[in-house]
Amino acid sequence: MRIVIQGGRVIDPAHQTDSIADLFIADGQIAGLGRPPGGFIPEQVINAHKHIVCPGLIDLCARLREPGQEHKATIASETRAAAAGGITTLVCPPDTDPVIDEPAVVEWIRRRAKFAGQARVLTLGALTHRLRGGHLTEMAALQEAGCAGVSDGGHPIASSRVLRRALEYAATFGLTVFLTPLDPELGNGLAHEGQVATRMGLSGIPVAAETGMIARDLELIRDLGVRVHFGRLSSSRAVDLIARAQAEGLPVTADVAVHHLHLTEMDLTRFDSRCHVRPPLRGLRDQAVLRAGLASGVLTALCSDHQPHEPDAKQAPFGDTEPGISGLDTLLGLSLRLVRDGVLPLPALIERLTWGPARILGLDRGHLGVGARADICVFNPETDWRVEPSVLNSQGQNTPFLGWELQGRVTYTLLEGHIVHEGEG
Amino acid sequence: MSATHIQLDSQGRLLHFLTIEGLTHRHLTDILDTAESLRGVAERRVKKLPTLHGKTVVNLFFEASTRTRTTFELAAKRLSADVLNLNIATSSAVKGESLLDTLHNIEAMQCDMFVMRHSQSGAAEFMARHVKPHIAVLNAGDGCHAHPTQAMLDVFTIRRHKPDFPSLQIAIVGDILHSRVARSLIHALSILGAGNIRVIAPRTLLPAQVENLGVQVFHRLPEGLRDVDVVVMLRLQRERMEGALLPSEQEFFQQYGLTEERLALAKPDAIVMHPGPINRGVEIDSRVADGPRSVILEQVTNGIAVRMAIMSITLGHHARLTGEDA
Repeated sequence: MRIVIQGGRVIDPAHQTDSIADLFIADGQIAGLGRPPGGFIPEQVINAHKHIVCPGLIDLCARLREPGQEHKATIASETRAAAAGGITTLVCPPDTDPVIDEPAVVEWIRRRAKFAGQARVLTLGALTHRLRGGHLTEMAALQEAGCAGVSDGGHPIASSRVLRRALEYAATFGLTVFLTPLDPELGNGLAHEGQVATRMGLSGIPVAAETGMIARDLELIRDLGVRVHFGRLSSSRAVDLIARAQAEGLPVTADVAVHHLHLTEMDLTRFDSRCHVRPPLRGLRDQAVLRAGLASGVLTALCSDHQPHEPDAKQAPFGDTEPGISGLDTLLGLSLRLVRDGVLPLPALIERLTWGPARILGLDRGHLGVGARADICVFNPETDWRVEPSVLNSQGQNTPFLGWELQGRVTYTLLEGHIVHEGEG
Repeated sequence: MSATHIQLDSQGRLLHFLTIEGLTHRHLTDILDTAESLRGVAERRVKKLPTLHGKTVVNLFFEASTRTRTTFELAAKRLSADVLNLNIATSSAVKGESLLDTLHNIEAMQCDMFVMRHSQSGAAEFMARHVKPHIAVLNAGDGCHAHPTQAMLDVFTIRRHKPDFPSLQIAIVGDILHSRVARSLIHALSILGAGNIRVIAPRTLLPAQVENLGVQVFHRLPEGLRDVDVVVMLRLQRERMEGALLPSEQEFFQQYGLTEERLALAKPDAIVMHPGPINRGVEIDSRVADGPRSVILEQVTNGIAVRMAIMSITLGHHARLTGEDA
């Protein structure tokens, strides 16, 4: 299939490209930018006038709920939502049921995703058997099966001895380790420890639950030289710790979930269970520092931290609800809002959604160089839309952003040169 | 924060009673004045008023309680309501029924008012958001969040002894961190313009940034008690020792227990309160609990009139809403 995307503003941060140009696609690859390759006759022409053309988004953390929790969502439903949101690569953490701790599960997920054909699903293998923090998994086998890295899957390893061994073993095979820093005991609460939790009588999660873990992990990393990515930072002090570690030359990266850049503890004041997330929404200053961290590049990626739920999971008193926001549908819109808020320019934002996460994963994706696989997102940045249940594609409708007016709608998503989504601008 | 809380109608009248936070001086004094007028009912030969005749009140207790549930029951009966007591701690919640299902089932029994206690903060508000519009929800304690009827009976008791709130210094002592009583009382006293509200506790039993609630923080009991007019002692739950919040009951009593000697630091006419049930020798010495300055049993008695007042006010507004004769 030969496609030309005509007249769009092509933003390819990996090559510092930002210009109005035609993009040529052939055989699932980028065939040329600006000038067509010799003898190129398009079979399809996409008019991208006044649209942005950029690499397909790469989401570093999306729970697809399959296998194990198909009542919440499925690989088919969520990859469909990803395609509609301009996301071409999803990274699935290992806390599925069964846990991604053996090659068979990796293979099973890959097949299901391939069958759905809407988006690429990468898996992270578990660091320890059943994510229990005890025995190491067969990481070499997981790597061979295709895991993009290994992770604690949202269940931080309490034992420093086990974590150190796991890091060493992962480093042996050059695997990147994905950690979610939240002390299992100190982090056992419902809301950011601060004035809102105090007023509402919700058990607090202190910032130290996050920074204490990061500090420990950084000390372990210092000796080992293993690449570690910290997922979903929530506090300003965590950003400071990562920035200092990077300045020292430690091989660490970090990301933030987009809802942490738009919501704060104040959004909990009516016990809104849709704002129940882990790590918790923190203060305004934390939000400002996270935003600045994204702009400066200390935070290399912006993700959805997608966690779809069935309605019942959120229909209970706050403390009895399950944490998490369904985020695939709003990732691009909420991200573009950061540009409007003056947090960072559009090309830098696109970088945090594409080339940034690609580098963390060590993937030759997230860019539009000639020969690269044609994962592409075309969107109209001016389209206004309102977040409503009827426009959500995810099976999980649990989003606190219902009613928000966002800008930017995806008109085309291409996965390896195939159009997987075509929407109204 | 939204302009109107779910417990108020568009005219600012109480439809539910979920939290003191966000209410006005007028709301509180209305309740207190109504309670005052209802206090006499208990002294009559026939201790009943027809106010809630034909109404059904359901006591939905997901947590054990004797005093609160009984006084709610008495209050409802003295207003001629039919009362149903459901101790869910030992019934369907254990079988895995969701709160919403429980709610809809009881709703189907055509009740008019839910009195609810639950271990989760925000549970009563959750209920109020999901009940049919003719039902009033009264919060009898939700997690560590609020216990608004207790706060009202506390300020009612204080007002009967010391009516001039702006001149009052009040100390709340003990486990503030887990106390819904403390939170609601602090809000009520602030709204009524209390001169000085103090909390006295070790740092492990104080929530983060508690001073933002408008209180003065003391870590030492003698300092905090100096010249206060009212001392409110909180119950210390035994499980706090297991959570590594305190070393022992003995040390807690030595540092924060109210004894006659320490009470002498307060004003000579200071009153001593406790929401009950009391732990003698843990937060309060028996001589103080049973002494002349204690108004602890008076609080229990006042609890009935105050709850009667809140029941008739909220259901009265519902009656107006549904076009019934109140």
